[in-house]
Amino acid sequence: MLYREAGQFKTSFAEDMQIFPIRQDRIAIGLLLAFAFLGVPLFASEYWFSAILIPFLIFALAALGLNILTGYCGQLSLGTAAFMAVGAYAAYNFQLRVEGIPILVSFLLAGFTAAAVGVLFGLPSLRIKGFYLAVATLAAQFFIVWVLTKFPWLSNNSSSGVISAQKIQILGFSFDTPVSKYLLVLGIVVVMALAAKNLARSGTGRAWMAVRDMDVAAQVIGIPLMHTKLTAFAVSSFYCGVAGALYAFCYLGSVEPDGFNLDLSFRILFMVIIGGVGSVLGSFLGAAFILLLPIFLDSTLQPAAQAIGLPFSNATVSHIQFMVFGALIMFFLIVEPHGLTRLWQITKEKLRLWPFPH
Amino acid sequence: MQFFFEALIGGLLSGVMYSLVALGFVLIYKASGVFNFAQGAMVYFAALTVVGLMGHGMPLPVAIVLAFGAMVLLGLATERFVLRKLVGQPPISLFMATIGLAFFIEGLAPMLWGDAVRPIELGIQDEPIPWLLERFDIVVSRFDLVASGIAAVLVAVLAIFFQKTRIGRALRAVADDHQAALSIGIPLERIWAIVWAVAGFVALVAGLLWGSRNGVQFALTFTALKALPVLVLGGFDSVAGAIVGGLIIGASEKLAEIYLPPLMQAGFGGNFGGIEGWFPYVLALLFLLVRPEGLFGEKHIDRV
Repeated sequence: MLYREAGQFKTSFAEDMQIFPIRQDRIAIGLLLAFAFLGVPLFASEYWFSAILIPFLIFALAALGLNILTGYCGQLSLGTAAFMAVGAYAAYNFQLRVEGIPILVSFLLAGFTAAAVGVLFGLPSLRIKGFYLAVATLAAQFFIVWVLTKFPWLSNNSSSGVISAQKIQILGFSFDTPVSKYLLVLGIVVVMALAAKNLARSGTGRAWMAVRDMDVAAQVIGIPLMHTKLTAFAVSSFYCGVAGALYAFCYLGSVEPDGFNLDLSFRILFMVIIGGVGSVLGSFLGAAFILLLPIFLDSTLQPAAQAIGLPFSNATVSHIQFMVFGALIMFFLIVEPHGLTRLWQITKEKLRLWPFPH
Repeated sequence: MQFFFEALIGGLLSGVMYSLVALGFVLIYKASGVFNFAQGAMVYFAALTVVGLMGHGMPLPVAIVLAFGAMVLLGLATERFVLRKLVGQPPISLFMATIGLAFFIEGLAPMLWGDAVRPIELGIQDEPIPWLLERFDIVVSRFDLVASGIAAVLVAVLAIFFQKTRIGRALRAVADDHQAALSIGIPLERIWAIVWAVAGFVALVAGLLWGSRNGVQFALTFTALKALPVLVLGGFDSVAGAIVGGLIIGASEKLAEIYLPPLMQAGFGGNFGGIEGWFPYVLALLFLLVRPEGLFGEKHIDRV
């Protein structure tokens, strides 16, 4: 009754092609954005900003980047964290070495640097496919982290490659409180998410999906494979690079190359799988899920164990976390291979018919 | 020159250890088309089960037999509760499911047996062979030699198993096409159970050898990562490839670690240790550009 597009007639091509064709969707997105920009800063505490909301947005952005590559273009990558590292270190170096460069410009340049590196490591994807490619992206993961550790110039000669992000200042306003950092990250993420959603339904996005579904067939109907795959690598790495820069500047403050390890890559991959492969919304849902799950397990396992009289040590809790994590991933793949975003779609379908489902 | 040979032989022998882990991957990939990322976790699980049982006062052979039983059970459970439900899904979903499985096992194993680093005594001394030391003045560890002997035997047996036996042929048929194999009456579930049991056995052997060398610890799971470039180099579906790939990776990474840093130091200054962390991957990557299916891999032909 409430959620139904009946009666919403499209009278122009532009109206037909808009991102959110259903009025209720537009209203919902508007409300959500208003809440995120205005409501959340009023209610949330400092802990929420710095421990949950900011990392959530940053991981969602990184997951979005990986989703573009894996979900839309079908190229499995295990090197996401390395591209984030490139972004973080590039932003740091632009800030450090270019006099008076605006921070947003250095974020942008960090994204482009990551994109260039991504294209370089994406080149093999023209020859190799599937699991072979996944292993090849591991080369990026290990090599980039090694380079960042071993070339002191990149971290301004600090020991073991640790960098401390500079202060963020835009037009004289300094972003140093959690709330302001949150708003900055939110702004960037919203813009990039909308861009991704648009990109996915553009010609480029359709070419990606054609390559994902069957690259030989795509080539036969005239889609240039090289160009398509490399743009996917470039755009994906751009997103990861910006996410990495935000990770260093707005979340952790100081990072080291080893922080961008294979574990981080896997976590982002899980966000994509659990959220939904090939979906912008899924990246956000997956990031929220993977980020909140350990916090949830931490806070529930200990009391639950005490309630039934089993003394759990911290080590046991972390082992159980591993198991629950693994089990959930298998569970999701078996029960809902399309991820959380599919549940949302089902809800939408149901809502459309409600209250007369027949 | 002596030093070079010593490094080369040391590298080759540690390469054999990589091959052992890679073999587990190849087995499952060959038989079910699943790229089993949990192989490293299985190595960890097997080794930890052996030490755990020995910690309860069992002698080594009994512990090994029981651990083999546990590996078979683990394989059967994986097949029953995970893979069977994913028949017909794209290979990438299966791969991701095995990543989940790896996490599960990495949590399960230390929960059952504790996560302290413990040694395994196999009764093979890790000392240089006196004959070679006297004759050529080259240090070759007896342990490494025995390990490579075991690997060689395993490979020979597996190669015969795949090529000559009825089950081996059924395994290859299943790998080619699940549904076609099912329709000509190959019992898919039993085949998968067998192959997971065999992979469990290979993991057990690898776990024992790696564990007695470096101690049984969480780092054993990383052996899987070292096995990946070996696989890529050799081809995912070739038993021989796993061995040759292992030798190449082992030798080249050792030589690169010794000879590259001084060169780079001369060029850039600074300290460039730890090359062996990424060298195998980059080598594999470059190699793939020339031969996308690996050394011995089956050439894949796309059909529209």
